[in-house]
Amino acid sequence: MPSVKIPRKSTDTDMTPFVDVAFLILSFFIMATKFKPPQPVEIETPASVQAQTLPEDKAVMISIDSLNRVFFTLLSEKDESKYLDVIKDIDANFKLGLTPAEMQNFRHTYMIGVPIGSLKQLLSIDPKEHKMETQPGIPVSDSNNNELVWWIRAVKNAFAGEKGFRYLIKGDGRSKYPAFDAVIYALKKNEEFKYNLVTSLDEVPPGTEFDKTRFFKPEE
Amino acid sequence: MASIDTGAESPQKKGPGVKKAKKLSTRIDMTPMVDLGFLLITFFVFTATLSSPTTLDLNMPKDVEDEKKKTEVKESGVLTILLGKANQVYYYEGKLNEDASNFKTSSYKAIRDVIINKKKDVKSRYNPANVDPVICEEEKKKAKKKGDPEWEKACEDIDFMVIIKPNADATYKNVVDILDEMTINQVKRYAMVKPYEAELKVIKATEEANGIK
Repeated sequence: MPSVKIPRKSTDTDMTPFVDVAFLILSFFIMATKFKPPQPVEIETPASVQAQTLPEDKAVMISIDSLNRVFFTLLSEKDESKYLDVIKDIDANFKLGLTPAEMQNFRHTYMIGVPIGSLKQLLSIDPKEHKMETQPGIPVSDSNNNELVWWIRAVKNAFAGEKGFRYLIKGDGRSKYPAFDAVIYALKKNEEFKYNLVTSLDEVPPGTEFDKTRFFKPEE
Repeated sequence: MASIDTGAESPQKKGPGVKKAKKLSTRIDMTPMVDLGFLLITFFVFTATLSSPTTLDLNMPKDVEDEKKKTEVKESGVLTILLGKANQVYYYEGKLNEDASNFKTSSYKAIRDVIINKKKDVKSRYNPANVDPVICEEEKKKAKKKGDPEWEKACEDIDFMVIIKPNADATYKNVVDILDEMTINQVKRYAMVKPYEAELKVIKATEEANGIK
């Protein structure tokens, strides 16, 4: 009886389709990934269960670092003229006498963390040379001299009549409450009552009431 | 495998009888390329998901000087949470007793149960006769829109209110944690205010008694 011959197959598999897919995924992730802009000041945000994404345009970001220093950042990628509006407003209010070149420097400054009095000195140097470690932060602790009030007023004037403007507060988890309270005070002074706190994502604890609402769809 | 046949060894030996150079396969070993590809994929997957900041909405009320315009809440439905130093949480229900006998110490983990129990307690005392039906309807609509599976009962905890009082030693993380707790337990009414002198005194005394620095 002739035995059935099993043809010997090569153990080599054709990996081409596999590689194709792998590189397709790779190119997708390369394109989809948005790298975080380098953070001049290290801020560790606390976590929350909210999954709302962060607006990146038409917003003011007020950062509080672990040493309770307050920094001001204007986010207006689409309309760069707003940067000029804001700095002109500050310049006019405090009679700083900024030159056009210094105002241009404001556009390229990511974070402001100095009292308005030292603003001219800060903007006279190239923004790339700014050292965040030596900046004292915007003075906020004294409610009579809360300079953040002026910054927010300038922003409010620049964006007057525009909808969807956001106030982001990005605080370090270790910063103390009074700094946060002072920031809120500055915003309240300008009749702004809605803020977004920047947090990182945390898991929703299972079984809680919020957990139950997430997948519920009311029948119409 | 990866060498290129240049044919340089014996250029003069051509003609019959000379062995033909072995034809090399055109297939290349792709394993290292695949390895690298997957390494990059894992790298990008991790960086893409980990760097997504989210935001937490916070609405503050306008400061009112006029006593008459201040929001009134029922004492029985109020839970006051005080945030102290070294991640300590204190709370009391209703009004703070003169001798501070209802002042209790808790932690950020245990406070959830306190909130849930208080909410249950307020719900159990619910009496439809005491609530304005117009407000009640509005409340139900809001809950339905939010996706609350128990939206029909939304009005039952209308008297429930949490007052958050962070003291000067509380960290920003503490504040976000407690605001998050409000979302997790679906507390509809909460406010953040400054603590009273009397409360600060009790906190200080408790901290000293517990040896918290």
